[in-house]
Amino acid sequence: MKKSVFFGSVTAVALAATGALAAEGDTLKEVKARGELYCGVNTGLVGFAAPDASGNWSGFDVAFCKALAAAVLGDPAKVKYVPTTGQTRFTALSSGEVDILARNSTWTFQRDTDLKLDFVGVNYYDGQGFMVRKDLGVSSAKELNGATICIQTGTTTELNLADYFKANNMEYQPVNIDSNAEGEQQYMAGACDAYTTDASGLAATRAAFADPENHIILPEIISKEPLGPAVRHGDNNWGDIARWTLYALIAAEEYGVTSANIDELAKSSQNPEVQRLLGTSDDLGKMIGLDAEWARRAIKASGNYGEIFAATIGEQTPIGLARGLNAQWTQGGLMYAMPFR
Amino acid sequence: MVSYPGVDQPPFRLSMLIYDRRYRSLTIQAVVFILVMLAASWLIDNTLRNLAIMGKTFSFDFLFRRAGYDIPQQLIPYNSDDTHLRATIVGLLNTLQVSVLGCIAATVLGVIVGVLRLSSNWLIARLMTVYVEVFRNIPLLLWILVCLAIFTEVMPPPNAYRGENPAASMVLFDLIAPTNRYTAIPSLGMSNPPGTITLGRESLSWALVAYVVVIAAAFLARHLLRRWAQRVQDQTGKRPTTWWINLAFFVVPLLLLTWHFGLHLIPPVLRGFNFAEGINLDNAFVVLWLALTLYTGAFIAEIVRAGIMAVSRGQTEAAFALGLRPRRTMSLVILPQALRVIIPPLISQYLNLTKNSSLAIAVGYMDLRGTLGGTTLNQTGREMECMVLMMGIYLALSLLISGGMNVFNSRVKLKER
Repeated sequence: MKKSVFFGSVTAVALAATGALAAEGDTLKEVKARGELYCGVNTGLVGFAAPDASGNWSGFDVAFCKALAAAVLGDPAKVKYVPTTGQTRFTALSSGEVDILARNSTWTFQRDTDLKLDFVGVNYYDGQGFMVRKDLGVSSAKELNGATICIQTGTTTELNLADYFKANNMEYQPVNIDSNAEGEQQYMAGACDAYTTDASGLAATRAAFADPENHIILPEIISKEPLGPAVRHGDNNWGDIARWTLYALIAAEEYGVTSANIDELAKSSQNPEVQRLLGTSDDLGKMIGLDAEWARRAIKASGNYGEIFAATIGEQTPIGLARGLNAQWTQGGLMYAMPFR
Repeated sequence: MVSYPGVDQPPFRLSMLIYDRRYRSLTIQAVVFILVMLAASWLIDNTLRNLAIMGKTFSFDFLFRRAGYDIPQQLIPYNSDDTHLRATIVGLLNTLQVSVLGCIAATVLGVIVGVLRLSSNWLIARLMTVYVEVFRNIPLLLWILVCLAIFTEVMPPPNAYRGENPAASMVLFDLIAPTNRYTAIPSLGMSNPPGTITLGRESLSWALVAYVVVIAAAFLARHLLRRWAQRVQDQTGKRPTTWWINLAFFVVPLLLLTWHFGLHLIPPVLRGFNFAEGINLDNAFVVLWLALTLYTGAFIAEIVRAGIMAVSRGQTEAAFALGLRPRRTMSLVILPQALRVIIPPLISQYLNLTKNSSLAIAVGYMDLRGTLGGTTLNQTGREMECMVLMMGIYLALSLLISGGMNVFNSRVKLKER
């Protein structure tokens, strides 16, 4: 909670005292030397990133960390998960606390440029929504005039909320919270009428309630929230590795490569695109400083994009999110991996 | 070293910088100064170089950009279209608000508890000891979280006040509604308002100005009355009874003003999701204020107790022997002497309270740390600038408090003639 001060000062001190931060091109070397990938994740959002009772992290974002660790280090378990709040995440990334940030972060102009981050792609197309109790008798966000709304500080949702209420000429009273857990607690205690964050986050939060049927997510989606992993600006090679690991997962789904049939396909597939992806022809891995089988390991870690989605947040899970915009482009969605060539 | 006429001083040699006591201290100072300067320049150089590597510049331009976020607690008008600078000022005012009110409440509480702890009543003295020890020895953050938990979990939500048979009812003649979001208290309304002074976006009611003037005048009158009573006492040996005139100075004009403006209370009413009309005291503020007061009050109680005990018993006995009543003994003999001991440590308690108010983040109270060091820092990514600015503001604030209290201290300290 007080970590932002801590991270802020860490950045300030790190900027002031360390010789040189991981300069261009160093992150890959550093991660390999360390033998562990530091991955910034949510402090606890079921389905995206949350530790279970024995401390093992799992979720949609965690699966990406695992895939990246498998591609780079050869072992999906070699990840240290660093929980970050909405306020601490970017500072943690830019101060070198984490190598990559996979924490439902929205790709915006200012973050990409001014904050010196590089978003490597979009792994979930989302939008901001509202959750209210059913007995409040509200069926549209337009009826929330005068309501008290719980909002995570340091997020794009904070800014969208202000804009939305201003555009609709409505008043609201914000209650600033620092993490999803705190928001959940305040919302459950009735300290706010509505809780707002990304619609996927709302679904995940609601799934963790004892009485999910008593809460509804309002139909209005008030913003575009393309969520994706981010790396520090300047280290282009590391950014490429992260980007193409993500594309490998998405492409694997498109070509029907799953964690189950991958070994067989690697031997027998006649599809040149699959061959290139799995490293059986053309050594693409060498071009980004990895070996030929990097993508094969990444896909094997938790499966392809579709498998990860289904296992963590899909319709069969308590969170129950439909693919919607996140379906493959061939299925009318927006998931579109650039060609492996 | 004494120089004798006729005896030649040995000529200056370089080794004297180390072996000669006249020069050695200068040498050490020069070396330390150079080292400190080197360390500072190394830090600054590194900062600039690392900022350059990350492609960041050091600039305060972001302060003049649109903030875009809303702040729940605001003393001056603010909306999301205002700049980060104004958000910072709103945060600073919130810090000041909770610090000033916290210092006042903690002082009142501390003085009462400190005096009661010396009481001859066994039970009261022990109860006060328990309070002091419990609050002094548990971290402030825990107290803040405990208070917050009590307010959010125990108080009813606003809609519990709704309906024919509400689950909760307002207290104190239906004027105050405690909820798990805020405490709704009545606001003041005027049926004959005198208009306002407008300075930019801030406005000030003439009524407030009138009240301040009347109260200041009453204090002046009270001062003059005292001087007159003193003169009469010096001449005749009898002090005239003045308390009722004194009281009248305050009560009569204030009553007249209130009657003229038609001042009345507007009770809060439940409208839509929340209470309206009245003033909603945010729980974040109340919790922080309460926790800061209780925590710092315990320290101040100990300081007050120490101050009173530092005045020797002989002073009290001497005052009694002169025929002073116990109350007068306290106000004329004990307290003035005790204050000399109390003020210096009290300054550091005020400083502590002000700095501790930055724990506001735990309850979502948007103080300076919450606006400049929280949302602004996060939305703009200017860690270095925000941290430097925030440290500068806290430093300036602390120096101001300490300067002001030192002036007060020099007025009450022992006058040496």
